[in-house]
Amino acid sequence: MSALLEVKNVTKRFFGFTALGDVNVTIQAGDRIGLIGPNGSGKTTLINCVSGVFKPEVGTIRFLGDDISSLAPHRRAKKGLARTFQIPRPFSSMSVEDNLMVPLEYVVHDLIDLTNETAVYDEARELLRRVRLDDRKGAFANDLSQVELRKLELARAIAARPQLLICDEAMAGLATKEVNEILDILLDLNASGITIVMVEHIMQAVMRFSKRIICLSAGRVISDGAPAEVMAHPDVRRAYLGS
Amino acid sequence: MKRGTIPFWVFAALLPAAAYGLPILGMNEYYFYISYIVLQYVVLATAWNILGGYAGYVNFGTGAFFGAGAYAALVVMLLFEAPLVVQIAVAALVGALMGLGAGLLTLRLKGIFFSIATIAVAIIIETFVLNWRFVGGATGVQIIRGPVTYGFETHTRMLFFVMSVLAVASLVIARYIETSWLGRGLQALRDAEVAAECSGVPTLRLKLIACAVSGALMAAAGAPLPLYSSFVEPHSVFSLNYSVMALSMAVIGGMARWWGPALGAVLIASSQQFAAFASPEFHLLIVGLLLIFVVIAAPGGLVGVIQWVGNWRVSRKEINRSASVVK
Ligand SMILES: Nc1ncnc2c1ncn2[C@@H]1O[C@H](COP(=O)(O)OP(=O)(O)OP(=O)(O)O)[C@@H](O)[C@H]1O
Ligand SMILES: [Mg+2]
Repeated sequence: MSALLEVKNVTKRFFGFTALGDVNVTIQAGDRIGLIGPNGSGKTTLINCVSGVFKPEVGTIRFLGDDISSLAPHRRAKKGLARTFQIPRPFSSMSVEDNLMVPLEYVVHDLIDLTNETAVYDEARELLRRVRLDDRKGAFANDLSQVELRKLELARAIAARPQLLICDEAMAGLATKEVNEILDILLDLNASGITIVMVEHIMQAVMRFSKRIICLSAGRVISDGAPAEVMAHPDVRRAYLGS
Repeated sequence: MKRGTIPFWVFAALLPAAAYGLPILGMNEYYFYISYIVLQYVVLATAWNILGGYAGYVNFGTGAFFGAGAYAALVVMLLFEAPLVVQIAVAALVGALMGLGAGLLTLRLKGIFFSIATIAVAIIIETFVLNWRFVGGATGVQIIRGPVTYGFETHTRMLFFVMSVLAVASLVIARYIETSWLGRGLQALRDAEVAAECSGVPTLRLKLIACAVSGALMAAAGAPLPLYSSFVEPHSVFSLNYSVMALSMAVIGGMARWWGPALGAVLIASSQQFAAFASPEFHLLIVGLLLIFVVIAAPGGLVGVIQWVGNWRVSRKEINRSASVVK
């Protein structure tokens, strides 16, 4: 069986600056992966390349064995690839519920009966329950708190019924209690069968979450393996602690 | 069926019927003459809103599409003596293709850069017509109108009826877009384009559809103009004024609902006809001030104000009801 995601020799440059240099990553279905690295090391750029927002200059990206390198992001979403944004990007003129209608209408429309409004809204409510946001379904995205915005990002991403979910710093700037809540949500989602890549700076959360850690530094993978192993790697220690 | 569906279709059927029947009341010809202009702006503002309001792409090329429609109609009239229905259809097709072409060229630009590019497209098209001998170049063409057909007494009355049909058609289309999957997708991409794309919305395709539909309607609005004014000349037809007016009407009326731009068009275009006795500059000043006021104080436009009042009344009722329960 082919890997869920295969990133091969991906290089991405911005005006001559190499944000990703020859990155190779393979992800197996079911895994929980922490993607770490200092600020500006290329984590978000890698997510953008995988989700199709950026086209890398070199390299291929395969999803379930298919080469998706030239597909637009919406085509990748239909294949089962979902992501969240480091700075939440809600559909701010819509209610929380209606935010979820977008992926429901555009991605899973053949899996649910869209003409049956009750069924659609039941589906939305179930999604919100999974991210513990069901008490805010009628609220406008504009009125949400930080942690609620992060939950909405997650709900919108899983509404597309993805096989792979990539979260870009879903916990940054949250209080400890909220960090733990998001962590629990992500663990639940993984238990329900979604493979998750979590980009995060909060090391405690990364250690609790990850079965495997990938560390980027200056656009290159400097270590990839079991958490304890990666954290003990001298290059990782140097990149993080500057020692 | 959604609430309001039946009243909408009754209205959609009644407007052209009324436009057909009005002449029986023996109204002054002048009213048909100005009502035509009002309805023409209903079409333009509604069409503008499909791209500008729903998708959030501010187009300054309304005049280019309107003018291209007028000239497309003129050309098929001069070449084939085509009837008005055919003129309108050809104009709409030209407008749709122009919208697609301009969209492919400009839609990858965001925000202000897109708007500037639409001005450039408008200038290019005007320059093209200015140098086109067949349609009279910069001096324009005088049209000799044939006899009035379809049982109307005058050209103006017939064209007023035709424009009322176009106005209803544009409202039907805008309302369909708003309430369908298209509308949700456009709203999503207006709010957060990259997030919409990553949520499965084919943003480029949706924007191109919006461009084509918007362009087709704008061009259709221009198609009856050669017959209406029996003279076409590039400078006034391609005027930036159409862009400014369509935008102002949509913003002041409210961009979130299909009836907002129409409401803005009716108010502003009819007041323009009265203010024309004072001075057009004075009217433009008033529109400008209104626009600034709306942008600052009521970004939802009249639609927003009306919905706000509606919500306020509903919540008052609820407060009263719960108060009486407490008693
Ligand atoms: N659109 C862009 N244009 C130009 N440079 C960019 C762009 N996006 C990212 N970069 C650059 O690429 C490098 C990697 O950025 P990236 O956002 O991927 O880092 P990151 O690992 O996500 O960092 P952080 O932890 O701060 O989010 C940075 O130097 C950044 O300035
Ligand atoms: Mg980042």
